[in-house]
Amino acid sequence: MTATLAPPVVGAIPGSPSAMTVLAALLEARTGQQLSSYRSWRLDTALKPLLRARGLDTLDQLVMQLLDGTDRAVGDLIVDALVNGESSFYRDLPIFDQLAEAIVAHEGNGRRVRIWSAGCATGQEPLSLAMLYAERQAETGTPVPEIVATDISDTALNRARAGRYTQFEIQRGLPIRRMMHWFDGDGADWIAKPELTRLIQFRRLNLVGDRGPAGKFDVVLCRNVLLYLSPPAKAQVFALIAGALKPGGTLVLGAGETVIGQTGLFEPSRRFRGFYERTTAERERDAA
Amino acid sequence: MKTCLVVDDSKVIRKVARHILETLDFQVSEACDGREALEACLVSAPDVILLDWNMPVMSGMDFLRALRDSSIPTRPKVVFCTTENGMAYIRAAIDAGADEYVMKPFDRDTLESKLQIVGVA
Repeated sequence: MTATLAPPVVGAIPGSPSAMTVLAALLEARTGQQLSSYRSWRLDTALKPLLRARGLDTLDQLVMQLLDGTDRAVGDLIVDALVNGESSFYRDLPIFDQLAEAIVAHEGNGRRVRIWSAGCATGQEPLSLAMLYAERQAETGTPVPEIVATDISDTALNRARAGRYTQFEIQRGLPIRRMMHWFDGDGADWIAKPELTRLIQFRRLNLVGDRGPAGKFDVVLCRNVLLYLSPPAKAQVFALIAGALKPGGTLVLGAGETVIGQTGLFEPSRRFRGFYERTTAERERDAA
Repeated sequence: MKTCLVVDDSKVIRKVARHILETLDFQVSEACDGREALEACLVSAPDVILLDWNMPVMSGMDFLRALRDSSIPTRPKVVFCTTENGMAYIRAAIDAGADEYVMKPFDRDTLESKLQIVGVA
């Protein structure tokens, strides 16, 4: 757990340091995510809707509800509100070009490629992939890869399944021509067309504690997830992904993330710059 | 340094856009309507134009058509930036030669992302 938490913000929802410590401990126990000093300053913002819905004024009252144990849902609701759900379409755009090379190479095996978007938040990453490969299918007839997208947050997943985005969300990273082709306006929101969302299988999955999705994957994208995790939680996630990858499979991390110094299971890919694959020792162990 | 012409009849929008663009390392100039913008482009065309739709004297659409019909040797990228957020408006703008479209209100992330999409940021 992060050793120091910021004091409650002036003008924010009142909360004692002990309440914030309990909330941070809950988040780490359930998800492996650590509440850094920076993120703790945003804690009241994240929990404000939940407090309002429950008629509470302070974080201490919320923690009391959590600790008295009579309402088992409150822990899930707190975790759901605290997990970082920030996302955008085609985030770190060059990665999608590099990924296209990897996908083509994996398709060289003659099989339909399987992609796992791990920690998909509100769905922008899997939708970005689905648009790219649906457009490619229209041009070349090459099948769209099977896309499985998972997240720990039911709220985020429900939004991802609905494919509904606000005006701010839809404009982040999504070229206007793609928006015109794949989305319909609905009031102030924009909704992905069913022919797009049906290309993705959304599943609830806690990377720290749950088993991986069924089957093996050619590519796993786990971007901007590990940076919030404690070292033991990171180790669990690396092991989960290693077990989910096919031999020769590719791991894609966020722009600021690496396997170097983090795990002995992966090493930088020799085929695809910026991506990762199982270490030689691990691959040999698989083969044996 | 890339150049951007902000075309909007609202002084507040021009000020906000200038601030964001300058933090993104753009050299910014301003115009209050389409005619002023066209005159500026004939003297020196910017790399990108951030264009409002509804303006006095000459609208954004009239400016865009005139720009695309003009003999300006370069082809500045045009990003519409407007409160006209319906699909019909977006389609009309793209058909008239706009490269991207920002629906107001916008923030820094939106603007930066759109400028990256058109290849100037």
